[in-house]
Amino acid sequence: MCLAVPGKVLAIRDDRGTRMATVDFGGVQKEICLAYLPEVVVGDYTIVHVGFAIAKVDEASALETLQMFRDLGIDLDEELGTRQSGALT
Amino acid sequence: MGEQPDFDGWTCPLPLRDHDRVTIGHGGGGRLSAELVEHLFMPAFGVDPSAEMRDSALVDVAGGRLAFSTDSYVVRPLFFPGGCIGDLAVNGTVNDVAMSGAQIVALSAGFILEEGLEFTVLGQIAVEMGKAAEVAGVRIVTGDTKVVDAGLADGVYINTSGIGLIPDGVDIRPRRATPGDTIIISGPIGLHGVAVMSKREGIEFGTEILSDSAPLNGLVAAMLAASTDIHVLRDPTRGGVAASFCEIAATAHVGIEFEETAMPVPEQVASACSFLGLDAISIANEGKLVAFVPPEIVDAVMSAMHDHQFGRDAVVVGTVTADHPGVVVGRTSFGARRILDLPLGEQLPRIC
Amino acid sequence: MKYLDEFRDPQLAGRIFADIERITTKPWAIMEVCGGQTHAIIRNGIDQLLPEQIELIHGPGCPVCVTPLGVIDKALDIASRPDVIFCSFGDMLRVPGTHRDLFQVRSTGGDVRVVYSPLDAVRLAEQHPDKQVVFFAIGFETTAPANAMSVHQAEQRHVTNYSVLVSHVLVPPAIEALVSSPTNRVNGFLAAGHVCSVMGCWQYEPLVERFHVPIVVTGFEPLDVLEGIRRVVIQLEAGEARLENAYPRVVQHEGNVPAQKMLADVFEVCDRQWRGIGEIPRSGWRLSDRYREFDAESRFDVSEIKSPESSICRSGEVLQGLIKPNQCEAFGKECTPRKPLGATMVSSEGACAAYYQYRRLDVPDPSSTFDAATSRGVIDAVRLPSTAPIAVAMPARRG
Repeated sequence: MCLAVPGKVLAIRDDRGTRMATVDFGGVQKEICLAYLPEVVVGDYTIVHVGFAIAKVDEASALETLQMFRDLGIDLDEELGTRQSGALT
Repeated sequence: MGEQPDFDGWTCPLPLRDHDRVTIGHGGGGRLSAELVEHLFMPAFGVDPSAEMRDSALVDVAGGRLAFSTDSYVVRPLFFPGGCIGDLAVNGTVNDVAMSGAQIVALSAGFILEEGLEFTVLGQIAVEMGKAAEVAGVRIVTGDTKVVDAGLADGVYINTSGIGLIPDGVDIRPRRATPGDTIIISGPIGLHGVAVMSKREGIEFGTEILSDSAPLNGLVAAMLAASTDIHVLRDPTRGGVAASFCEIAATAHVGIEFEETAMPVPEQVASACSFLGLDAISIANEGKLVAFVPPEIVDAVMSAMHDHQFGRDAVVVGTVTADHPGVVVGRTSFGARRILDLPLGEQLPRIC
Repeated sequence: MKYLDEFRDPQLAGRIFADIERITTKPWAIMEVCGGQTHAIIRNGIDQLLPEQIELIHGPGCPVCVTPLGVIDKALDIASRPDVIFCSFGDMLRVPGTHRDLFQVRSTGGDVRVVYSPLDAVRLAEQHPDKQVVFFAIGFETTAPANAMSVHQAEQRHVTNYSVLVSHVLVPPAIEALVSSPTNRVNGFLAAGHVCSVMGCWQYEPLVERFHVPIVVTGFEPLDVLEGIRRVVIQLEAGEARLENAYPRVVQHEGNVPAQKMLADVFEVCDRQWRGIGEIPRSGWRLSDRYREFDAESRFDVSEIKSPESSICRSGEVLQGLIKPNQCEAFGKECTPRKPLGATMVSSEGACAAYYQYRRLDVPDPSSTFDAATSRGVIDAVRLPSTAPIAVAMPARRG
């Protein structure tokens, strides 16, 4: 279900009472309905599914998750003396 | 009416008899198109079922070998970022002929026009055809025009046919794909399909992507100058690189292995694919070729490609193997394998 | 693309794989509920790289595949009418009904159009006031807000020639049906992150408590899926069962409240048939009374169309990992990817379709190391009714 991808809100406008936005997906732009995310402003990243923004992407959480991945197994690396600038082969 | 085709005789896998009418997918260049040719046209035309399917036919004539090809163009919209139906019709047939290693000699153009089509539109298409022919160094030597009632065509359909001369010593065809061959792609993929899709009703999106529509006869000549021992050439149009790989693997009864990370997918193509749920490897190209060459000539061919404007970004993406004949296997970025299947037909955006 | 590429990094994936390998001591069967996750698993070959003890069972989370035959036949009937423009997501066009699919309707003159968003269908209705525009409103909770908005907008704008053929399905009742089956083999679930981004996580708490089964809300990029698996395994190895959110950058506990309000206004819960599964009580949405006039079923009088599903198809058992696809008598005979009987064959990544493809490879049968339902690696580049198949072949029990 539910192919949904993150995109950046470039501009917001009103279309006869419906909040719409131009959202950029890595260089490709699409008109997206923002009705379900009244708090979103230009510059925010949202998750878009079938032309609707359904959730705002929380940058702090994203960075935290990535950091947790980087930290996984680090103790083990150090034990084995194989840690090299965070890369795993 | 003459004899009816023997529908009951159509065999697995995936019999065409599931349908009793032509569907859009039968023109999509995927499995449905192949079945139509194999099960309906070839028997009706009395073609040997074991005959090799290729982009252009080989015709032996006194003193030489001709490559002969025809293609019809039904593009919606008529104009799209980076091109129009006119240059597409010229480049497409030039390329089909070039995929036999032939140098194009002459083109024909047949037009089916819809009543009411504006002359400015037709004029612009004709001008673009002329320009494309000039770039390719070929002349349009014969043509035909028919008009159908309003509503029976999308403005204009174009058929072009081309003939070319195959140089001595050149033998390029799908069955020559040989275990050990290196597989090259001439540049970034998915551009044409994404450019056209960006203007299609119901899917429209903003992008700077332009169609890669281009004549490849010059590039092929440069490659042949480096070595005549090129085994296979194919322009991955409808169905994309995926369809080309699957067809060549099936025809030559060899396996194909490719690195997904080596596939030259431009960022904007990848982005468009992400939100439409498509795979760049199945999206149409109109100015790219895939080449299967023996390892000893890879360097020479690559170098010749890099020196040519339409091969500047050529990359090696895979190899031919004797394992798993008929099957195309991609190596994922995680090092796992996935089987690539022949696209069934038209590429459609999906939600899941 | 930002927030996608970082979560596809093979090096970080290596770290998570290694950790899963390290913590896994026993065999576990984990179901990813959502077809999007199945897609990520197969696209990247994740199942081939996990420890052998971990079996992934592809869940019922492909709305295209679980849309029942009867509803597809209704769609085909409506789409064939001369005054109708029938709009659908691209995925649905090739899903076979009893005799044909939407592509074939188009080839016999039906006006069938692919749209990206349901709002495009409303716009078409405004542009073609002389036509009836019908939108095929399928999907899980993620897609429902978009479909609901189209109905709401049509009402606000007095677009009376717009209607929707609704076949919405809901995830929690499907999970409940699965875990309450006496033959259930699933030890833990990856819940669908995008469904939760709309509905919130709280819906799953009662399931975790009642069935003592770990449920981890999981995203869709390969690293997200791996992290979901890792968190489920951690819980299983510790004998715990908690609801966890492994997709916090997108999913908030309460979900998207404005969307939930719209859903409550436009839809009401109903019993729903799932293709290959049967009826699951209170597992779907239909239009609420207030919006009933937009219901295509009554507008076109197709409610009476009933389509018996195949009696020989055993996709439900395949889905639960109880039998392998080739143990079904219809496999490869009456049932092929081109003429699928059940959802596991409809989906190109369904267990049966994947298994069918694998017969072509001269490599060891994936079932020799994995269960059938985990068959690896097939991708249909077309992605028609892409993603995953369905589950459970038993009548669901509600407690």
